[in-house]
Amino acid sequence: MSNPLIERSAAQIARDVNARSLSAREVADATLAHVDTADSQIGSYLTVLHERAREQAARVDARVAAGEHLPLAGVPLAVKDNMCLTGTRTTAGSKILEHWVSPYTATAVARLLDAGCIPIGKTNLDEFAMGSSCENSALGVTRNPYDPQRVPGGSSGGSAAAVASYEATIGTGSDTGGSIREPAAFCNLVGFKPTYGRVSRYGLIAFASSLDQIGPFARTVEDAALAYDAMGGHDPMDSTSIDRPLETTATHLRSDLSGLRIGIVKEFATAGLGAEIDAVYAQAYRDLEALGATLVEVELPTAEHGLATYYLIAPAECSSNLARFDGVRYGLRVDGADVHEMYERTRAAGFGPEVKRRILIGTYALSSGYYDAYYVRAQKARTLIAQDFERAWKSCDMIACPAASSPAFQFNAKSDPYSMYLMDYYTIPMSLAGLPALSVPCGWVTPPGGERPMPMGLQLCAPLFAERPLLAAAHAYEQKTQHALKEKPAR
Amino acid sequence: MSSEKIDVRYVAKLARLALTDDEVERFGEQLDDLLGHVDSLAKLDVSAVPATAQVVESRNVERDDALTPCLDREVVLAQAPQRAGGFFRVPRIIAE
Repeated sequence: MSNPLIERSAAQIARDVNARSLSAREVADATLAHVDTADSQIGSYLTVLHERAREQAARVDARVAAGEHLPLAGVPLAVKDNMCLTGTRTTAGSKILEHWVSPYTATAVARLLDAGCIPIGKTNLDEFAMGSSCENSALGVTRNPYDPQRVPGGSSGGSAAAVASYEATIGTGSDTGGSIREPAAFCNLVGFKPTYGRVSRYGLIAFASSLDQIGPFARTVEDAALAYDAMGGHDPMDSTSIDRPLETTATHLRSDLSGLRIGIVKEFATAGLGAEIDAVYAQAYRDLEALGATLVEVELPTAEHGLATYYLIAPAECSSNLARFDGVRYGLRVDGADVHEMYERTRAAGFGPEVKRRILIGTYALSSGYYDAYYVRAQKARTLIAQDFERAWKSCDMIACPAASSPAFQFNAKSDPYSMYLMDYYTIPMSLAGLPALSVPCGWVTPPGGERPMPMGLQLCAPLFAERPLLAAAHAYEQKTQHALKEKPAR
Repeated sequence: MSSEKIDVRYVAKLARLALTDDEVERFGEQLDDLLGHVDSLAKLDVSAVPATAQVVESRNVERDDALTPCLDREVVLAQAPQRAGGFFRVPRIIAE
């Protein structure tokens, strides 16, 4: 590791930069130097913003020198490349936007920069955030820092790999069905999806608008809380952003779980995941109990239909959202004999296979004659899934379950689309219900055929708007167990 | 729900997506497989269940009808695949 500075937490960096015992410039230089040597092996970034980072560092140092206190002063930030940052290429991991430059900045990114973050670069992702491994990116390969033969997870795999390999201290992700929580689990990170609407989606390239939510990656719960506090809150530019005061979280972290009832989901029994993984979760639940929580069994009887529900609703919304990529106003254009042929050729050349599959399935589910049988039925199933959680909250305050059914898998291991979709089994129900949920490191498992132990994630989920108790509980669990510190990245 | 096969070419036309013959075959098989999985929803009794479009509180949002700053036309047109003066240029849509 070139410089111990890059391993510090966001909280430590901000404290020292605010105290002027460290400059944002030093942090930016150390991080960029590390990215320049390490990222050719990892592939976290599609674009590295050397100049932009140094400009912002100078700005942060000047603001601190002028007496301002910035909650994330000098903290290196990795931005998922489906979020706009003025003047930077924003590709969504797609050929159709390969050369598109954002004319404005996403609200969540703007707020992190205003809080003092240094933008190190734009990170790789599954094309238009559709995938669970980053393998669907049209623009690059990202490797898991804990085993380069394995995927980092997805869709926010570039941000996860960047934070895990110290190429950034905080990362932004977007989570539609698990795209923050699964890569966080795969890369030994905390990954947090807030309540739907808590973080503005303005400047996020839309995938499935009723599900998309931005949230942070960090190496500690405290850092994730600091990032959430900075990026959350109402934004008039996103009409679905929640117009109620943000409850800050970083100042309300806890060290025990006394008085908390944690639901263990009957339908999510882990015995079928193999003895080693089962033991990791059994121990995690015992640790929650040892911290003072009362474990109660809860039922989510409709959760098994989550995947089917999601894989109708999300593609339906995607087919509508991605209609805007037609070669007229921005991005790729492939000429044709008439305007229809231009649309069809542009989209054929610009979209990769997974995006095409989802557009087709979504278009089919919304088409005349199938709309009620597929799309409306899925929307009704969504109601039942949300009602399951409402019933569960009568007997518990939070739910604990796996974030993913396995540790990070090897490249090309999930060639059948449905086997990839199954990676989201435990994260999709929460997305459909709009609930805040996170993944926190909970242990290590050496997968069959693997040479190194790989991280696993415990998912904690809370009622709508209960971000504060959720992060507080995750912090207590993290501080007691410290699983994240037990292994170091392979490179 | 239905067990009939998807007419991939028709759906692709609706989606304005040109597909090769190879893609038609491959996507056709994959979509049939995926629809086989989502058919499990047919088992749910949803006769008395309202549809959910979005879970969290939502209401119509209005703003004052006032001029506010917006993106500069040159900035937007600079990204256009083809432009003509202050416009996006596209193939002829209305026949001569």
